[in-house]
Amino acid sequence: MSIQVQDLSKQYGVQYALDQVSFTVEKGQIVGLLGPNGAGKTTTMKIISGYMSTFGGEAHVNGMDVRSDPIELKKQIGYLPEHNPLYLDMYIREYLTFIARIYRLEAVNSKVDHIIERTGLTREQHKKIGSLSKGYRQRVGLAQAMIHDPSVLILDEPTSGLDPNQLVEIRQLIRDIATEKTIIFSSHIMQEVQALCERVLILNQGQLVADERTEVLERVLHKQRKIVVELTQSFEGNWSIEGIQEVLSLGHHRYGLVFGKTNIDPRLAIFDFVTRQGHKLLELREEKSSIEDVFQKLTT
Amino acid sequence: MWAIFRKEITNFFSSLTGYVVIGVFLTFLSLMMWVFPEYSLLEYNYATLDQLFEIAPMIFLFLIPAICMRSFSEEKQIGTLEILFTKPLTEWDIILGKFFGALALVGLAVLPTLIYYYSVWSLGSPVGNIDSGEVIGSYIGLLFLGSIFVAISLYASVLSNNQVIAFLVAAFVCFLVYYGFEFISAVPSFVGTIDDVLQKVGIGFHYRSISRGAIDSRDVIYFLSGVVLFLFLTRNQLIENRAN
Ligand SMILES: Nc1ncnc2c1ncn2[C@@H]1O[C@H](COP(=O)(O)OP(=O)(O)O)[C@@H](O)[C@H]1O
Ligand SMILES: [Mg+2]
Repeated sequence: MSIQVQDLSKQYGVQYALDQVSFTVEKGQIVGLLGPNGAGKTTTMKIISGYMSTFGGEAHVNGMDVRSDPIELKKQIGYLPEHNPLYLDMYIREYLTFIARIYRLEAVNSKVDHIIERTGLTREQHKKIGSLSKGYRQRVGLAQAMIHDPSVLILDEPTSGLDPNQLVEIRQLIRDIATEKTIIFSSHIMQEVQALCERVLILNQGQLVADERTEVLERVLHKQRKIVVELTQSFEGNWSIEGIQEVLSLGHHRYGLVFGKTNIDPRLAIFDFVTRQGHKLLELREEKSSIEDVFQKLTT
Repeated sequence: MWAIFRKEITNFFSSLTGYVVIGVFLTFLSLMMWVFPEYSLLEYNYATLDQLFEIAPMIFLFLIPAICMRSFSEEKQIGTLEILFTKPLTEWDIILGKFFGALALVGLAVLPTLIYYYSVWSLGSPVGNIDSGEVIGSYIGLLFLGSIFVAISLYASVLSNNQVIAFLVAAFVCFLVYYGFEFISAVPSFVGTIDDVLQKVGIGFHYRSISRGAIDSRDVIYFLSGVVLFLFLTRNQLIENRAN
């Protein structure tokens, strides 16, 4: 278990930025923390990274309590804060050398060379950070988070504010890194989470509203609707209804019918279809995931 | 801590501000010492550096807040403090790195004044007719004075994201603790009652006492506790900032 949080809470005045959030992340997993602005993503990450020390609940990284083991913990974590703060006056090499010295790494120069190559900064390495584009600054931010080869990476909105090309490059970089590390990254873009990871944690107003495989995002992204029907006996024929995309057999004469975009409400169509086939309906209901209203916020 | 120390020094000289601050300091000091008649070494017929050590505190009031104003303010403003706090560093690594970094910069700024010492030493008749022990004592006095001003200025810098405000607060507080208590002690109703107590609370009294060349443990303790006090205040403020 790389990351383990239990009943994490954080209060600002009367408002809860985080309210009893619990989850675990296995070693080597890449997990997306998804949620609209103000959901509590940054707060969660500040706690896991050991930055924020006053909060309710427990947080452990690699078995270490973030409150009592900060120095040892921080050696094993790489953290990219939101908005990627950097010393704009420093040169890339100078900055990364400074960071390497903080970690007391041996062979500082070769470590710096290596991370510069790894993050694709070779051609820019002698430039001032202040003169770089946003995409390259993001690489510098990733470089400072990874120079000590941490086993856990915490990236707070690593792709926000990038143009489409930079976005693709940074995502690819994260994907490359992900093969060897546990990564938790936050985003308010559903497609991104779906593209990068197997698992998504969804936060809304400080609460964890879903912990699912990213496949569930697919349904929402494609505006699919899933309707569950129960019949009195099994139906062997072809579900030929307009807009139907997938039929799942759920056992006990129950079926899950997945629809794409349709003109009429698929529930009406199902009712008519079943009656025409001479079957009787025991149940007809739409399966809404608990996260749908969060998605609405994310997409508007 | 040494990583921070080095960064503070190189960062200071990475922008023009660093050179300007030290340049202005030295220009001003030289003008005072050699040109303006009131303090001028050449007008004065004794071979001492007393003028230097009399002027230096006044100039420190501006030099040191200027050196320190960036240290926390800027990092808070651009957010890099969050980077430092998520690296394997303690608060003390960060604070002491910045403290000694700033002190070293003050030292660098003061270093060229050794030329004055050499000049007076060679101008004296006979050559070398200068009380070197007193000069060393005075430099130690400057070191203590510099330390306490740096500690005050760091605390001012951690209080605000705005460098200009940090500078003004630091200069004001340094002024207050250096001269303030002496002004108050001169208030007629205090004279003869608690004026000497008030004087001893101020920095000026202890600075002059050390500068005379006699290093009294009470003065050393005074300076060290002042430094420790402001460094602790700085640390508490940093911890408080982090809670949010
Ligand atoms: N320093 C703070 N003071 C008061 N409220 C805060 C502070 N930081 C965050 N919050 C509040 O906590 C909530 C969660 O914030 P945050 O974790 O930054 O969300 P996210 O990163 O998902 O956008 C928000 O409602 C935000 O307004
Ligand atoms: Mg955020």
